[in-house]
Amino acid sequence: MATTAVTAEQHAATAQHHHEPGFIRTYVFSTDHKMIAKQFLLASLFFLLVGGLLAAGIRWQLGFPGQPMPLIGGLFSDTTAPGGIILPEFYNALVTMHGTFMIFFAIMPLLVGVWGNYLIPLQIGAPDMAFPRLNMASFWISVPAGVIMLAGFFVQGGHAGAGWTAYAPLSSEPEYSGVYMGQILWLISLTILGFSSLAGAVNYITTVINMRAPGMTWFRLPLPVWALFVTSWLVLLAIPILTGGLIMLLFDQTIGTGFFSAATDGEPLLWQHVFWYFGHPEVYILILPAMGLVSEVIANRSRKPIFGYHAMVLAIIAIAFLGWVVWGHHMFQSGMNPLLGTTFMITTIIIAVPSAIKVFNWLGTLWRGDLHFDVPMLNALSFVSMFVIGGLSGIFMASAPVDIFIHDTYYIVAHIHYVLFGGSLFGIFAAITYWFPKMFGRIFSPVLGKVHFWLTFVSYNLVFFPMHTIGLRGHMRRIYDPNQYEFLQPLQPINTFITIAAFVLIATQLIFAFAFFWSMYKGEKAPRNPWKANTLEWTAAPTPPPHLNFPGGAPVVYRGPYEYSWPGSTDDFLPQDLPPDRVSRTPIPSEPSPMSTGD
Amino acid sequence: MTTDASTLRSMMIPDPAYEPGMKVYTMKLGMWVFLLSEVMFFTSLIGSYVILRFAHPDHFAAPGVVLNVPLTAFNTFFLICSSVTMVKAFAAIQQGDDTGLKLWLLATILIGSLFVGIQAVEYYILYHEGFVPAAADYHAAGRQGMEGGPIVGGPLYGATFYTMTGFHGAHVTIGVICLTFVLIRALRGAYTQNDHRGVELIGLYWHFVDLVWIILFTIVYLI
Amino acid sequence: MENWSWLMDGSASTFGPTIDRLYLVILIITGVVFFATQGALIWLLIKYRHRAGHKAEYIHGNTRAEVIWTVIPFVIVLGIALASRGAWAQVKDPQNIPPNSLPVHVMASQFEWDVTYPGLDGQLETGDDFTVRNRMDVPADRPTHVILEAEDVIHSFFLPDFRVKQDAVPGMVMNVWFQPTRTGEFVIGCAELCGIGHTRMRGTLTVHSAADYQAWLNEQSQP
Repeated sequence: MATTAVTAEQHAATAQHHHEPGFIRTYVFSTDHKMIAKQFLLASLFFLLVGGLLAAGIRWQLGFPGQPMPLIGGLFSDTTAPGGIILPEFYNALVTMHGTFMIFFAIMPLLVGVWGNYLIPLQIGAPDMAFPRLNMASFWISVPAGVIMLAGFFVQGGHAGAGWTAYAPLSSEPEYSGVYMGQILWLISLTILGFSSLAGAVNYITTVINMRAPGMTWFRLPLPVWALFVTSWLVLLAIPILTGGLIMLLFDQTIGTGFFSAATDGEPLLWQHVFWYFGHPEVYILILPAMGLVSEVIANRSRKPIFGYHAMVLAIIAIAFLGWVVWGHHMFQSGMNPLLGTTFMITTIIIAVPSAIKVFNWLGTLWRGDLHFDVPMLNALSFVSMFVIGGLSGIFMASAPVDIFIHDTYYIVAHIHYVLFGGSLFGIFAAITYWFPKMFGRIFSPVLGKVHFWLTFVSYNLVFFPMHTIGLRGHMRRIYDPNQYEFLQPLQPINTFITIAAFVLIATQLIFAFAFFWSMYKGEKAPRNPWKANTLEWTAAPTPPPHLNFPGGAPVVYRGPYEYSWPGSTDDFLPQDLPPDRVSRTPIPSEPSPMSTGD
Repeated sequence: MTTDASTLRSMMIPDPAYEPGMKVYTMKLGMWVFLLSEVMFFTSLIGSYVILRFAHPDHFAAPGVVLNVPLTAFNTFFLICSSVTMVKAFAAIQQGDDTGLKLWLLATILIGSLFVGIQAVEYYILYHEGFVPAAADYHAAGRQGMEGGPIVGGPLYGATFYTMTGFHGAHVTIGVICLTFVLIRALRGAYTQNDHRGVELIGLYWHFVDLVWIILFTIVYLI
Repeated sequence: MENWSWLMDGSASTFGPTIDRLYLVILIITGVVFFATQGALIWLLIKYRHRAGHKAEYIHGNTRAEVIWTVIPFVIVLGIALASRGAWAQVKDPQNIPPNSLPVHVMASQFEWDVTYPGLDGQLETGDDFTVRNRMDVPADRPTHVILEAEDVIHSFFLPDFRVKQDAVPGMVMNVWFQPTRTGEFVIGCAELCGIGHTRMRGTLTVHSAADYQAWLNEQSQP
């Protein structure tokens, strides 16, 4: 078709007529994927802080039930925490909004919004996203979604309090929850946010398929790109399912349709099926990108090719496929057909295999490596270690009869935090500190980075590991005051301990915030390729990369992304775009030269 | 040392078989990808309908009892016609026939608007017959039934009907608006025989919306 | 608690030990994997830490290793799944509810458990049924069959000591059963967030000896 040629011409035309954009177009309504990534980064770090503060409220109530919150106690209204004592309805809102903000407004944009935007064009050698204006829209659609979600705290009846899973009919019938406006805002906000995610996913998929630089074949893609590409498919296909469900729930709330209301013969379990049919792919949306990011850091900081590149890619794809047939394991105790439960148990437990493959390949990458324990590496290694715990604890609940006991207890809370905090968030810390020099031209403070890492690592484990134990003692999730149960009263010292550790953990994140901004302005100036990396963002683009990324035109790619320590070269890395005849070689007589281009 | 020389060599040179992307221009690929997500959106609504209908068959009436099948059959025919006119519009610009493009686009817009208009009339009549989405007010007496006759079906019928057909109608409306933009651009001479991507993109969307309607018409009106 | 433990307390139902044994088996397997992987990780970190003059080896992978660490975990986890099937069916499959069970109806509502007993005739929905709130009394010598319903929102009937948990969903009837192994007082909890009073939705389950239960039943059945 003649149109392909036209596209290329138009690309050239755009490049020629390019002017330096003004302040608004550079920093606010920017179409540059790198600026959009930074916008997502700041916005989602803000929501990470919001989610952390909500967690502090939850932990205060559990650690010191019924006592007024210190310092800030006086700031609360009589309908939330009069005199600083948290009311049950406010506690439910805290639990709900902690989950909602962390999952939809912090972790998901931190992984997909930030790194999808920043890394995909740079690592595949593209000047920008396929649809830069759609990309800008993606960020600016998410802003009103965040504002609406925050506004829910200030409406009458308080914010949504039916959990981040919003099980109907508690979420659909205000007479049962006492929340009307808050739940509606929750639904509207997530519906809007869905459009943001969708715009991003369409962009990422199209960009990776159609805009790779010459020579960038599928199996030369860096693993973050693979992970983000596969994740984008999950976002693309899962988010519309949630949107459909949210709209039905919204209609139940507002015009009284009764999809999920037993009173009109609707099906409360239908909501759970719709939600988890979205929700389990969502779980992998929240971990796959982190796996990709961590793979990059581990290979680079071990100065070794990633072990089993193809196995890594196939494992990502396998997880994404299996992720669609396991949603029932969230509903083992919901009243599903026991036979169906058995089926879901088998599919669920099989998904442990690709996860295990990834862990073993990371260990294989470390084996006979040359390990540099920089800040990104520490966070990446901690990802591996914590992900092992989160993965293994998942096997308990995948076994349906064992799940009977631990379902909806703190064991589940421990599991999800080992995966989402120990996994995803450590992966995010690794990625931020690793690509910080690229983003801001300065090194992320190694001293503050290490202080932050060790304090986080220790306090994080002190917070979440004991939760396994109190879960095994039968401590239910989402209960306002465990002391009302006599058998949970002996656990109060553990709850208090967890709360103190949680405050340390939250305070530690302020070190990260400080280090982030300090390094941005005062950090050591970064050389162009501080990690001696192979991928195009370091080797072919200046730091920080200008508009359209590669001033010399699209780079040509000659090899895979993880060619570290090749014995034929004097350097311990081989950039993807380094032409074979320019590799500084140490000839090894016994080996045929791999640099010849004849084939 | 696992330096398999041939593997290594294949990793070191640009792959001669490399094709940058699919041989489809980016906008078209993006539209395909977007339509996949639309498939999932309608899947969630239609899937919920199927589950609810299987669980509560008594809530749903036999074809033609509540819904006006002949009217909607005509409407379906119109929408299929609009797909034909859309194909004609695209074929016209492929031949470089600018006038043909404008006329067929106009025809598509008119038929699309007619579809939405008839749907609005259908909604109006059904609503006044007591076939409403709100569970508490549901009292559809049926087309053959008289005023005050027995209530046909149950509230899930109205809820699923309006949700599915309403979101489809919204998609048609958005399609008509986009087609209008395309027509305005066509009037300004934006499309040529060599570059008429906008026409092709809206065409893809329009055919998709048409296809969804054929599925909806079958499962909501005829089964 | 006097006999503190890091694991679950001893169970009080017949299938409790089966579930606990399954838990223990998985704990041992995952424990071995945990120490093996974390140990390997630490060993690798110490052994291959950066030292001057040390260079990493150029290794891309090993197909045999990939096959080994794909097949072995697959076999192990599939074994766990298969080993879990029996216990799952025993607890949850309604066909496995012993026929001699005492039928008890439990209605969950915000925020209480209403327990209805069949009275002296042993039949539910007869005139001598009686209802008690937030307490349940069952005999030790025969299984109890709980017919579980919810009035308003989803609750979850949780007997930690019996390893029983079942959501109560409005519009659905759930079947739960258990056979106590010892007498005593146990806790009934709600494990699904059900609103403002979720935390106070609890009750007491008392397991009586056969004679005590009969005495209690006679006392309750007095008009």
